[in-house]
Amino acid sequence: MNTKQEPQSSHMPPRLTSPSWFAWLVIVVFAFLFFQGFSSAEISLERLVKGARNLSTFLGQAIPPDWSNMDVIANAMLETLYMAIVGVTVGIVLSVPFALLASRNTAPHPIVRTITRFMIATMRTIPDLIWALIFVVAVGLGPLAGILAIILDTIGFAARFFSERIEEVRPGPANALTASGAGRVSVIMGAILPETLASMSATSLYSVEKAIRSAVTLGLVGAGGIGVELSTAMRLFQFDKAFSIIIVVLLVVIGFEQLSSMIRKRVI
Amino acid sequence: MSSITIRNLNKYYGALHVLRSLDLSIASGEGVVLLGANGCGKSTLMKCLNGLETPQSGSIVIDQNDVTTAKGLRLRSIRRDIGVVFQQFNLVENLTVFQNVLYGAMGQRRGGLLTVWNSLAPKDTREKAMHCLSRVRMADKASSRCRDLSGGQQQRVAIARMLMQSPKIILADEPVASLDPKAGIEVMDLLWEVVREHNMTVFCTLHQLDLAQNYADRIVGMKAGQIVFDSSNSSADKESLAQLYQGDTRVDGASSHENEYAAPNNRPAEIA
Ligand SMILES: Nc1ncnc2c1ncn2[C@@H]1O[C@H](COP(=O)(O)OP(=O)(O)O)[C@@H](O)[C@H]1O
Ligand SMILES: [Mg+2]
Repeated sequence: MNTKQEPQSSHMPPRLTSPSWFAWLVIVVFAFLFFQGFSSAEISLERLVKGARNLSTFLGQAIPPDWSNMDVIANAMLETLYMAIVGVTVGIVLSVPFALLASRNTAPHPIVRTITRFMIATMRTIPDLIWALIFVVAVGLGPLAGILAIILDTIGFAARFFSERIEEVRPGPANALTASGAGRVSVIMGAILPETLASMSATSLYSVEKAIRSAVTLGLVGAGGIGVELSTAMRLFQFDKAFSIIIVVLLVVIGFEQLSSMIRKRVI
Repeated sequence: MSSITIRNLNKYYGALHVLRSLDLSIASGEGVVLLGANGCGKSTLMKCLNGLETPQSGSIVIDQNDVTTAKGLRLRSIRRDIGVVFQQFNLVENLTVFQNVLYGAMGQRRGGLLTVWNSLAPKDTREKAMHCLSRVRMADKASSRCRDLSGGQQQRVAIARMLMQSPKIILADEPVASLDPKAGIEVMDLLWEVVREHNMTVFCTLHQLDLAQNYADRIVGMKAGQIVFDSSNSSADKESLAQLYQGDTRVDGASSHENEYAAPNNRPAEIA
């Protein structure tokens, strides 16, 4: 049978359509960057072989992991958890006012909204490691720098999602309370926030997971927690010690993700 | 006491002239139904009445207070006496029925939300809320979430919330347009019962002629942003009423058939 059957009235859409000139431009630029990047990584068989050899040396020295410093590792891991929990809690609490000021339907004035949105965007755009570097300079080495970095990172992430949700809330109920003579703050707290709670808890849980992962790495730049131990061990070529730290991190992060997905199922 | 006087009211949305030198007076205790085709400006008029929209010129006087110039606390104190019933009920769906009824008193006190939040509200407020719920025969659903109720039930809860406000004037914008006919009649019966019990003034838009004739003391017809018909219910003749739906009914000039279902009910609005 002939597949190119003539349609009765109008044309059947072709199987393939040619992308627009803009799509072509994007494809060409992307391809250029990809191949350029690939060649700048200077991948050669020789390097791959050497890399594999180094990796097996690392593993050879890392196994068996050295558990003799378990108390130090446990303490550092605990510090990491504290950093994450304090940072993410403060961050989420602060995200609510930030989100309210940044949303079209709750901001007191368009200028306030623009400024708040800009602040949130800045907090989000600058990576947490860079915040940590800045805060290490500002408040010195240690967990405080990490906590501050996590706070900003959490606001940048959570306030944006909170705000998107707030702007989606149906205006009707809030209008109804406004029409009954209620004040603006009462209306926002009473009619708008309750409609966003489910989505806010989901975002908050995700922020916790994100904060724990980032608390681990923040130590690498000296902002407290287990990352400090890890980077020290690596720099001193104590790969067996480093390996035990990596295992602990892995277990804790997996444990937390498990816990958080359990909570999510309960709540949502 | 609770009368409404509208004089020479003009409202524009950008270039669109919606309310066109509109005049209307409603006496205290009167039950007035406003009829008119889609897009003729009924909802806009309703929103001007409680200051959710500001007209460009003209005056709306409710109990000696001019709504169009009132701002801030004065506007809020005018709104306190005006209960509104909406087509979409506008309950906070995530909360319980009881909490939504308590919200009716939110504008009545200085503490706002703090004095009407279920866990914090004083005993007499909670008792009054329960009483209002019983009045609309929804007391058994006090602890349900609003989103689990049918449309008719939600509208009854909205009426309880409105009662909680103890208003003198009721504005109802298409209160039964989202309900099936049976639930619609139940809600209209209930609304008119409570209105009569408390001697309230009602201004209600409808689009069914027969409903209007069953409930209204007086029927007012609107066409293209103006009041073109006004008579007591008993003397309203079908022919002039039918005129309301013919010819240029809309304010935006679009043909009324094409836009029958494009009414802007879900346009996001700022909180005033
Ligand atoms: N917020 C708004 N912004 C712009 N135009 C609006 C707005 N609200 C209503 N309109 C327009 O005003 C006209 C009258 O609308 P409306 O008062 O809702 O009519 P009705 O309730 O009689 O159906 C319509 O053409 C509508 O598109
Ligand atoms: Mg309408």
